[in-house]
Amino acid sequence: MSGVVRAEVSRRALARARRRVAWGDALGRLRRDRLALAGLAVLVLVALMALFAPWLVDDAGLDAVDSLDNPTWARPGGDFLLGTDHLGRSVAAQFVYGARVSLFVGLAATVLTVAIGTIVGIFAGFSGRWVDATLMRLTDWFLVIPFLPLAIVLASVLGRGIWNIVFVISVTSWPATARLVRAQVLTVKERLYVDRARALGASRAHVVRRHVLPNVTPLILASATLAVPISILTETTLAFLGLGDPTQPSWGKTLEEAFQAGAIGRNAWWYYLPAGLGIVTVVLAFTVFGRALEEILDPRLRER
Amino acid sequence: MSEHDAPIVSLRDVHVRFGRGASVRAVDGVDLEVRRGEVLALVGESGCGKTTLIRSIIGLEPVASGSIEVDGHAVTRDARSLRRLRRRVQMIFQDPTGALDPRHTIHEAVAEGLRIHRVPGDEAALVADALARAGLRPPERYVRRFPHELSGGQRQRVLIAAAMALDPAVLLADEPVASLDASIRGEVLALMRSFVDDHGVSIVAVTHDLGLAWNIADRVAVMYLGRIVEVGPTEEVLAAPQHPYTRALLSVVPETRRLEQQILHGETPDPSRIPAGCRFHPRCPVVASGEAARLGIEARCRGEDPTLTERAPGHTAACHL
Ligand SMILES: Nc1ncnc2c1ncn2[C@@H]1O[C@H](COP(=O)(O)OP(=O)(O)O)[C@@H](O)[C@H]1O
Ligand SMILES: [Mg+2]
Repeated sequence: MSGVVRAEVSRRALARARRRVAWGDALGRLRRDRLALAGLAVLVLVALMALFAPWLVDDAGLDAVDSLDNPTWARPGGDFLLGTDHLGRSVAAQFVYGARVSLFVGLAATVLTVAIGTIVGIFAGFSGRWVDATLMRLTDWFLVIPFLPLAIVLASVLGRGIWNIVFVISVTSWPATARLVRAQVLTVKERLYVDRARALGASRAHVVRRHVLPNVTPLILASATLAVPISILTETTLAFLGLGDPTQPSWGKTLEEAFQAGAIGRNAWWYYLPAGLGIVTVVLAFTVFGRALEEILDPRLRER
Repeated sequence: MSEHDAPIVSLRDVHVRFGRGASVRAVDGVDLEVRRGEVLALVGESGCGKTTLIRSIIGLEPVASGSIEVDGHAVTRDARSLRRLRRRVQMIFQDPTGALDPRHTIHEAVAEGLRIHRVPGDEAALVADALARAGLRPPERYVRRFPHELSGGQRQRVLIAAAMALDPAVLLADEPVASLDASIRGEVLALMRSFVDDHGVSIVAVTHDLGLAWNIADRVAVMYLGRIVEVGPTEEVLAAPQHPYTRALLSVVPETRRLEQQILHGETPDPSRIPAGCRFHPRCPVVASGEAARLGIEARCRGEDPTLTERAPGHTAACHL
């Protein structure tokens, strides 16, 4: 009895040790990829900034009423690191708090998109013809929903809020993920190693867990790291069109307000440049890191 | 017949069909027995149904009609009996590269079957032992590697190790050396032979190469267009082939040049249009040369499907000749 238990324990310990080694390998490879490391560093920095926003800047700088005494269109430097906008609000405060909303919307929409897309894709790829056909018909319907009209309708029906933006982005982008995942499941399903697993006595659940999911995950991760920047850009677009959450500062909303206030005409670059650069930098960082991640997760792409 | 003499695998009138309306008769009425502790070579041209036949033995292809028994248990679609079957029977594939999941280490590839069947014991030790027995020594050098870091021969050894780790009664090998360099084929075949001699496993080795059969098989079964047309002890089948198709196959093997070389004419066989009568008659040299007519059997060749009949003890052929 105790022998069995000990064997069980040592087996689990072994598996854990192996996993640790695999993770160590992955980290080692990442450490050698300069560009990916830079991307990761940027992401960590922005995430920290978003996380510790209240400690970094005074959120009174966001509020027009609290900012009544401030100078408007103040240039950077002096009392205000990044200057002030047309209402005298701190651009730095808007930038730091805006990172919060942009990152949150980007990540939340991606998680939702990837979760729905993966579940539907795996189900469709692994079920019989009937379920597959029904699910694919469903994705077709969602694929043809025009994005902007839906966003406008939802904004007017549900009100303009962060979650509505997350919802709009997810509802319109999960079908693409679902199709991608389904296609990959269909090809993995036909691989000889799946036949071998079945010949070894593997159940369908085992095949999905040990072969299909691991071989689909890199694709899911890659599509997720690309979905984050797309979601951030989408949030920017919606906010720029005035469909964003009016109570939350986001980079997109800053751009919209700068544009409306005529910052470009006044050449008030300090108003719109931080938000614009923030978006470009985060989007690039995600893309670079996503590429590297894909490579690290695929043993065939590694050189030895 | 004593328990020991009972065949480990027996197939009775097995049919496997593919395509629209099951029009492709890939396996079309196979009767075959595999004895305990023997190497049976299954030979025939590419496309004659060899792979499909052995896949049906392990339940990877559903049988349209007929029956397959392994060790007295019928092969069915039932999940529990399939699982039991897939411990007693193991298969290695023609393409070792495709048969290994590129994301699994060699350890995981070999341990997969042990985990599925919850084989008791220390997994690492069992894997190391299996690798060593398959000639991958020292095993520690391989366990953490990925398939793409190994050579083709090493990958096939990994698959053999994974299959033999479960201590099967039957090993189905689909062209086990076809994808390997000629220089290492002999070693892999010798390895398989050693499992028969040392552990009493039975092997069905599919090949389109009679030379390979000559090297390791105890018995040879010749397959043509979904049917077994000749079975017998290796020396007998190769030295005294009874079926004109076997003779034609043999005549192009370099080692057996003493037979007059026969190139088969006629269209390549198509399992969706199996000829009436003897399925070989459109290409049969005996029919084409007029010998069948002289012997007065040509009408039967064209109209009557021959069954396997005994030509010598343990040596059968399906021919009207
Ligand atoms: N999954 C399948 N679907 C349709 N036809 C198949 C399938 N597998 C095999 N076949 C057909 O069955 C016949 C026998 O194939 P196979 O068993 O692979 O022959 P062999 O292994 O002797 O070369 C071929 O005509 C092949 O095209
Ligand atoms: Mg084949």
